[in-house]
Amino acid sequence: MNYLYFLYIQFLLNHNIPKIFGDITFPFIPFCIVAAMIIFVVLVLVLLERKVLALFTQRKGPNRVGPWGMFQTIADAIKLLCKQNIDILGSDKFLFNIAPIVVFVPVMMLWGIIPYSSEFVFMNFSVSVLLYISIAALPVIGIILSGYASNSKYSLIGAMRSGAQIISYELPIMFVLLSIVALSSSMNLKDIVYSQLGEGAILCWHVFPCIVGFIIIFICMLAELNRCPFDLPEAESELVAGYNTEYSGMRFALFFLAEYALMFIMAAFLATLFWGGYLPITGKYISEIFFSDNQFLPVFIYFEQFFWLMIKTFILVFLFMLVRATLPRLGTQSLMKLSWYLLLPLSMINFIVIIIFKYFIEGGVL
Amino acid sequence: MNKIIKLNVGPQHPSTHGVLRLITELDGEKILSVEPVVGYLHRGMEKLAENRSYLQYLPMVDRVDYLGSFFTSYAYCNAVEKLLFVEVPKRAEYIRMLCMELNRIASHLLWLGTFMLDLGASSPLFYCFRDREVILSLFEELTGQRMMYNYFVFGGVRHDVSDDWLCKVSSFIANLPKSISDYEKIITENPIFLDRTLNKGILKPQTALQFSVTGPNLRASGVEVDYRKVMPYSVYGDVDFVISESNRCDSYARYLVRIQEMKTSLDIVKQAVLYLKNNSDNYLTKINSLNLKIPEGEYTSYVESSRGLLNCYIKSDGSPKPYRVKWRTGSYYSVQVLPELVKGLNYNDLIAVFGSLDVIMPEVDR
Repeated sequence: MNYLYFLYIQFLLNHNIPKIFGDITFPFIPFCIVAAMIIFVVLVLVLLERKVLALFTQRKGPNRVGPWGMFQTIADAIKLLCKQNIDILGSDKFLFNIAPIVVFVPVMMLWGIIPYSSEFVFMNFSVSVLLYISIAALPVIGIILSGYASNSKYSLIGAMRSGAQIISYELPIMFVLLSIVALSSSMNLKDIVYSQLGEGAILCWHVFPCIVGFIIIFICMLAELNRCPFDLPEAESELVAGYNTEYSGMRFALFFLAEYALMFIMAAFLATLFWGGYLPITGKYISEIFFSDNQFLPVFIYFEQFFWLMIKTFILVFLFMLVRATLPRLGTQSLMKLSWYLLLPLSMINFIVIIIFKYFIEGGVL
Repeated sequence: MNKIIKLNVGPQHPSTHGVLRLITELDGEKILSVEPVVGYLHRGMEKLAENRSYLQYLPMVDRVDYLGSFFTSYAYCNAVEKLLFVEVPKRAEYIRMLCMELNRIASHLLWLGTFMLDLGASSPLFYCFRDREVILSLFEELTGQRMMYNYFVFGGVRHDVSDDWLCKVSSFIANLPKSISDYEKIITENPIFLDRTLNKGILKPQTALQFSVTGPNLRASGVEVDYRKVMPYSVYGDVDFVISESNRCDSYARYLVRIQEMKTSLDIVKQAVLYLKNNSDNYLTKINSLNLKIPEGEYTSYVESSRGLLNCYIKSDGSPKPYRVKWRTGSYYSVQVLPELVKGLNYNDLIAVFGSLDVIMPEVDR
C-alpha cells in the first residue's frame, strides 16, 4: 500500500495539490477499488457459475445477451435495480431494511484484508487472521435479522438454520486457522504468504503439511457460505428461498451480491492460507524473465502476483461449483453431526499434529 | 408460550409437485402432524365424461395423468372395448404395451430427476430429462404429440408402427442401461443420499395395505403385487419379466424399486419390439367410433401405471354418453399415506419423503 500511497502523493504534488488533501482522500481509493471489484467479480462469478453448471448438466447456459451470454448478469442486475421493493405487511420495517446492509458490509470489509499482491493490501493488520474470523462471523446477524423481521415462517426457519449452521461450522475453521498460524508463526496474512515462500515452490505451501485441515476448512467454508450441500437455510424445496424469501429488488440484490462476494473472498482467503496466496505457481515470476531490465519491473510483479492469486481463487471457486453440481443437500441432523462429531475433533487432532510437525521439523515450538 | 408453528406448505410452493397444500405443525423443526389438502387442480374429469360421447371423451383421458398418458388412455379404451365385447388384435396390444412401458420409463426418469431435486441435487434432473427427451421424441414421431398422445383408440391403435421407428426404439433401449448405471453411480452409493433416504419415511406393509397404496410404493414395502403379473392385462401374460420388490420399506427402497422397474420395462420393450418386427397383423379392429352403441353394463378396467393401480370404471345406460366414469389413481392414495410417513421426522424430510412417493397432482384431483 505504501507504494500506491507514494505514487498518489507524487501525482498530487506534481499537480500542485497540497499533501494534506492526499492524506484525507487516500483512504477512499481502496474503498472505491473494493466496491468496483466486488461488482465486477460478482457479475463474472454469477455468469461463470451458470456456465459451469450448464456445462455439467449438458446445457448451454445463458447465451442470448451479448456474445457467450456475457451481458446476461448485467441485464439481470439492471432488472433487479429496477424492481419494486415490496414492503411486507407486519414486518419490522427498520430491521427488514437494514438486514441486507448488515449482511453486505462485513463481506465488503473482508475484501480489504486479503493481500492481493505484496503491495496491494488495504488493511495490513498484524492480526488479520483474527480480524477475518471476527468479521466473517458478522453476516449471520444480518441473516437472523432478515428472518426475524420478514414476518414469514419460511424466513424464520431459514434464518434459524443458518444461525445454527454457521455457529457450529465456525469452530473447526478456527482450529484449522490456528494450525496455519502455528505453521507460519504469524497472524498477518502477508507473513503467512511469505512463510510459504521457499526453494520447493509449490511444495512449500501450507496445504501439504495441513492437507486434512484444508479439506476440513473447505467443507466448513461451504457451510459458512450456505452453499450446496449445506444450503439448508435457502433450501428451495422446503423453505422456498429461506431467509430472503420476502425480499425483492435491490434488497434481494444485496443478499445475492453478498453471497457471491463472500464466496469469492473465502476462496481468496483459502488460497492465501493454503496455496501460497499471490506467490507464483511456477516458483519464479514470469515478469522477471521477460522484463528483467525494465524499470517498472516491480509494477509488473505486483500485477503478476494479483494474477496468480486470481488463478488460485478461481480454481477454488470452480471446486465450490463442482460440489454444487454433484451433491444433494444434507439433512439437518447430519449437518450438525458432521460438524460436532467429525470435523471439530478432526480439526483439533490436526492442530496437535501440526504443532508436533512444526516442533520436530523446525526445532522449536512456534 | 405456544411453541408449535403451523406452517402452510403450498399450494403455491416450489416443490409440492403441483398444487398440493400441506398443513404442517412443527415443533422447532420436528413434524408433529401433516394434513394434505387436495383439490386445487380439480378439473371435473369424471363429470365432464357424462356430457360427452365416448369418442369425445377419449382425448381428455390423456390429461388425467399427464406423465402417464398411455396408461389412462389404455384403461379407458380397455373398459370401452370390454363393454363392446370387441377383440383387439394382438399386434395392437403389443404396440400398446410397448408404448406403456416406454411411458413408464419416461415417468420414472422424471420422478428420479424431481426426487433428486427435492433432495437438493440439481444435476440429475437434467440428465434424466435428457433421456426422457429421447422417449418423448419417439412418441412425437409415433403419435404427433409429445405428451397428450391420443394414440390408443377403441379397438386398437390409431396407426401402425413403422420398422424405422422400431429400430429407433431398439437403439434407445440399447443406450439406456448405460445412462441408468451412470445415475446409479452418482446416486445409489452417495452417502448424503443414503443419509436422506435410509430409514426415512417407513411405510409398513400393513399400513400400505390399509391405505390402499399400490404400485412401486407398495412393492417397496415388500408386498409383491404387480397387476402386470398377478392379473395380466393386455399381452403382459406373453412376455417374460420379473417384479421388482424390496422389503426395506423406506424412501431408499422406493428409489431402488423404481430403478429396477426401469430395467424391467426395458426387458418388456425389448420383447415387444422383437414381436412387432417378426409378426405383422392388423393393428385395429374397425368399429364405428362415431356412433358407438354400447350396451347397458358396467366395467372396471385396471392398469398397473407408473404410480400404482389405475382403474377406470364405466357404467353405460345404453345412451351415446357414459352414465358414469370413475377414475381410481395411485397418487391419491400415496398422498393420503404421507402423514403416516413423516410424523416425527425433521421438516426437511417432509419434501424428501413426499418426493419419494411419486405423486403428481393432476392425477390426484382429476
